[in-house]
Amino acid sequence: MDTDPQTEPPQPLKRRRFLARMSIALSAAVGTVLGVPVIGFLLSPLTRKSPRVWRPVGPVDAFPVGQTVNVRFEDASPLPWAGVTARTAAWLRRDDESHFTAYTVHCTHLGCPVRWVAEAKLFLCPCHGGVYYADGSVSAGPPPKPLPQYPVRVHDGQVEILTSPIPIV
Amino acid sequence: MVKRFFAWLDDRSGLLTAARHALEHPVPPRTGWWYVFGSATFIAFVLQVVTGIALATAYVPSSGQAYDSLRFISDQALLGRFLRGMHYFGASAMVLLIGIHVSRTYLMAAYKFPRELNWLTGAVLLLLTLALAFTGQLLRWDQNAVWSVIVGAAQAGRMPVLGPDLARFILAGDTIGGATLSRFFAFHVFFIPALVFALVGLHLALVLKHGISERPRAGDRVDPATYRARYQELLRKEGVPFWPDAAWRDVVFGAATVATVVLLAIIVGPPELGRPPDPSILEAYPRPDWYFLWYFALLALAPHTIENVIMVLGPPLFGAILLLIPLFNRGERSVRRRPWAALVVAFIWVTIGAFWYAGERADWSPDFTARPLPADIVHDTRPEVVQGARLFHEKGCEFCHAIAGYGGKRGPELTDVATRMRPEEIAARITNGGPNMPAYARSLTPEEIQALVAFLATRR
Repeated sequence: MDTDPQTEPPQPLKRRRFLARMSIALSAAVGTVLGVPVIGFLLSPLTRKSPRVWRPVGPVDAFPVGQTVNVRFEDASPLPWAGVTARTAAWLRRDDESHFTAYTVHCTHLGCPVRWVAEAKLFLCPCHGGVYYADGSVSAGPPPKPLPQYPVRVHDGQVEILTSPIPIV
Repeated sequence: MVKRFFAWLDDRSGLLTAARHALEHPVPPRTGWWYVFGSATFIAFVLQVVTGIALATAYVPSSGQAYDSLRFISDQALLGRFLRGMHYFGASAMVLLIGIHVSRTYLMAAYKFPRELNWLTGAVLLLLTLALAFTGQLLRWDQNAVWSVIVGAAQAGRMPVLGPDLARFILAGDTIGGATLSRFFAFHVFFIPALVFALVGLHLALVLKHGISERPRAGDRVDPATYRARYQELLRKEGVPFWPDAAWRDVVFGAATVATVVLLAIIVGPPELGRPPDPSILEAYPRPDWYFLWYFALLALAPHTIENVIMVLGPPLFGAILLLIPLFNRGERSVRRRPWAALVVAFIWVTIGAFWYAGERADWSPDFTARPLPADIVHDTRPEVVQGARLFHEKGCEFCHAIAGYGGKRGPELTDVATRMRPEEIAARITNGGPNMPAYARSLTPEEIQALVAFLATRR
């Protein structure tokens, strides 16, 4: 051996250091193999693209002009065990013979379900008292933005709404 | 024979010796009743584990079936209703007790040297307890739970940059659906409890390592250079064995906690299940359980301009303050020399209590159940006034404005509105709206406004 015993540790210590580092590296590798798939699996909703589909909510003639009504439809691709949680609602108004407007039911403050009060022509939120005019603009309370609208169309005599994510303001 | 068995067990495992050391270790004298809340929190947690496991044997963590399984547990399963009650009041006890425990620890400055890590592990346990409370409330998978998830996601969504992703993570997708509940279930029953077990173990090991803090005395300053020697001296001179001299109080208070939970579970019972978790049913009145109601009220009452700041910075700031407290780890412990500590604790409890009370009343919510004004309150038979009274109900004025006890409290009470506003002013307010009041120009005809004004002009 031509190494300097002052700076170089003796053989058993070198061996011990190597074994310690190898064990730590192996444990870290095992941890990564376990951790990465689990975290990836948990974060999968972020990368999953859900399709958007047109859902019929009723024949055009079922909606009197000028009225705003609650319509229900199913999410784009509900899981088989979703049950009633796959349902969604919207406020649908027939503006004239051929035009419809669909508003989300989610208050822009914190997502609570707004109710259309036909006599007052207002949307009211039960959670923190947000109020919107008939056109969705904010008239009182904490909502920071107007009620978002869903895309809506008339197709084969049916009114159809495009499924959309819960609006996160 | 029995003696020999235990001698063998201890020789091979060391458990009995370790337990004896833990039980008989000397603790400072005269600790008194203030020191029972930590152990009581732990007992409440054990209660939650036991009742939770029982409930999990029947609960179906599926978005489509959880509600039906809860109906089964509540209405048909033997003792199911009782166990749900235990789990609910056990959770309430755990939240309340950990709140008292952390207040006590702060008031007595038990977080100071050398017990900083006791405080930090406890602070994380407090946050985990709140996480358990939130996820647990959601597992009661009724209409209220579904809307709570959406409200939670909407709050997370306010976070800059990460918000939308965070909201998607909470909902497990674009909307409420099949994936939402299973994740909350897994977090509530596996992930968070596992962390709690680990941290409770660490917390208790630290309590044994550093010993229970002595009762603070004004003038006794904590100095890291001398504290340990002084503490050992105190134990040597006046220390008493933990068991039973101090532990009997923990046992008595813990038993009283369990008895209270059992009694409440029998007498009051679990929270009723609401409507099914169908997000298309819009007749909803979402409310969190009592332990978050104060925060819900805060979000209703906070000025809208700073609301985002509260939602985005509030929770992290709360966490950061908790974690930074042990930086101030020396000096006086007695609350007599730290009067501001008492003020801080009192301020927090009073604030939470006041917002909780406001949340219970929820005056800001329109009263959709308001009934029409009876004739004896209208007390006027002129046709225009009678029509105005009818419109007051039909057009939704009554949702927000009360007259003689009928109606909501969102807006000012109008029982004697004519004494403070002239008819022209009332008409202008209805037509143009006001701060926090919609303008009705587009939804009322001039005749209707005239009738409403005629009616309101009689309110004096």
